[in-house]
Amino acid sequence: MDWTALGLSLRLGLVTVALLLPLSFLLARWLAFGRFHGRGFVEALVALPLILPPTVVGFYLLVAFGRGSPVGAAFEALFGQPLVFSFEGLVLASLLVNLPFAVQPMQNALAAIPQNVRDAARCCGLSPLQAIRKVELPLALPGIATAAVLTFAHTLGEFGVVLMVGGSIPGETRTISIAIYDRVQAFDEPAAGAMALVLLVTAVAALAITNTLARRAGKRD
Amino acid sequence: MNPGTGLQVRLRRAVPFALDVELEAPAGSITALFGPSGSGKSTVLRAIAGLQSMDVARITCGGATWADTAAGVAIPPHRRPVGFVFQDYALFPHLTVREQLALSLGHRPAAERPARIDSLLQLVQLQELVDRRPAALSGGQQQRAALARALARDPAVLLLDEPFAAVDWALRESLRRELVRLQRALSLTVVLVTHDFEDVAKLASHLVVLEGGAVTASGSVETLTGRNAVPGVSGWREPAVALDARVEAHESERQLTVIAAGDLRLEVPAIAAPVGAPVRIQLAAGDVILASRRPEGLSLHNVVEAEVLAIEPAAHAALRLVHLRVGATRVLSLVTADAERKLDLAPGKPVLALVKAVSIEAFA
Repeated sequence: MDWTALGLSLRLGLVTVALLLPLSFLLARWLAFGRFHGRGFVEALVALPLILPPTVVGFYLLVAFGRGSPVGAAFEALFGQPLVFSFEGLVLASLLVNLPFAVQPMQNALAAIPQNVRDAARCCGLSPLQAIRKVELPLALPGIATAAVLTFAHTLGEFGVVLMVGGSIPGETRTISIAIYDRVQAFDEPAAGAMALVLLVTAVAALAITNTLARRAGKRD
Repeated sequence: MNPGTGLQVRLRRAVPFALDVELEAPAGSITALFGPSGSGKSTVLRAIAGLQSMDVARITCGGATWADTAAGVAIPPHRRPVGFVFQDYALFPHLTVREQLALSLGHRPAAERPARIDSLLQLVQLQELVDRRPAALSGGQQQRAALARALARDPAVLLLDEPFAAVDWALRESLRRELVRLQRALSLTVVLVTHDFEDVAKLASHLVVLEGGAVTASGSVETLTGRNAVPGVSGWREPAVALDARVEAHESERQLTVIAAGDLRLEVPAIAAPVGAPVRIQLAAGDVILASRRPEGLSLHNVVEAEVLAIEPAAHAALRLVHLRVGATRVLSLVTADAERKLDLAPGKPVLALVKAVSIEAFA
């Protein structure tokens, strides 16, 4: 059992959820309520990580984060270290790859709030920000929780993108999924099995939680 | 705020459909925005609340300017003192009745809010259901909760979008009474959007008719119905006048109530309202019989001296709509062309108008 890898994976998952949820909420809100041309295109972009092979996503991110790219060069100039093969690079990749898992549940939850209910919030004297805090956030809570659980679970399990962008540096980029692959390569089946079980249990728990939340949201209406 | 001036609205918009209206809602009374669906009446209501933008808008209420595109003024919805009751009520599904009201009381000091919530609940008789969420309320209770939430804002104008469309007939009648009671008690300025002329006839004192995004008639309900001048109604609804009357006396032995609408005095089956109380009556043209001599031996209570003002063709070729004057009060009578000839009806001619007591619909 590679405890360092498990710790790294948990840290990556938590950091990803913490950063991605607020950003995705704004994006989801824009997609759910905004009236603009090209919404379909933006939605397709957000969903892209769902269907693109992880190695393809990883390849493009590797190129985009590399020292030769503007993003990679800017990061290195600011922080004095390369973006690729670093925990920070992994976080950035994780944010992009998890976009659909965070945006879609929240977008669906927000879109399910009737226009009249949002209008009523304004007519009750709530400013736009107060309306978000007191009406939209509570009503979208099941979607937000689903987004958090899916993002966290998916981050723990991501393999292809992590391998491409992060490699397998212990304590820096070797997540539990990479560690499992590592152990299998080394014919260390018991260690691989233990870690696989951890991910299996996590996945089952994540699905149980999201289903419960979805049922609860359905009951309230 | 000056209670003497009501709401003045001027709106124009080109897309998605043309809308060009100018209307006024007098303070302390109910103004109905009446028209078929798609006429733009809900859009007007949303624009008054600030939920809908317009190419040209000028909205003033009680001396305050809420919108003036020429001057670049557009007060956002949450700063306009309006109470909005949505067609589907739009209650917040995650909040109890108490929490919905508390949310609308942001403009009042926190210390006042609990007492204000109690008095609002009493007003709409929802005290027992204060801790329920909307899903646990019946349709009528939801409507009363929505009304209380709108009143919680201490609105200068109460906006109602088809408030009775979602409830069945029996409940609709009691909710109408409730609204009239509240409006009178609080002397509210109300704008009511409806496509049901019953709402107009029973509730409104002012009427704005909207068709295809334009105002086709406006004025007092009594005047417009008295002249059979409500567009979009004559075709499918028998002409009827809606009159503002008062209870004049109760004849308890005969189980009758005498009411007076201007110069028109009528006996109707006893109604439970004190002497002096306002009553809205509807008198359908088909229920007003004309006679040249005072009839005898009939079960009739009301024989009124009237004068013919005008005679116009009715929807059916064999019928005539006779405009009558009882003092200053106008009444309509639907008669056959044959009766017109027999009675020799003509403008200026005195006649007797006969009205069965039971055919007078009184709404108190």
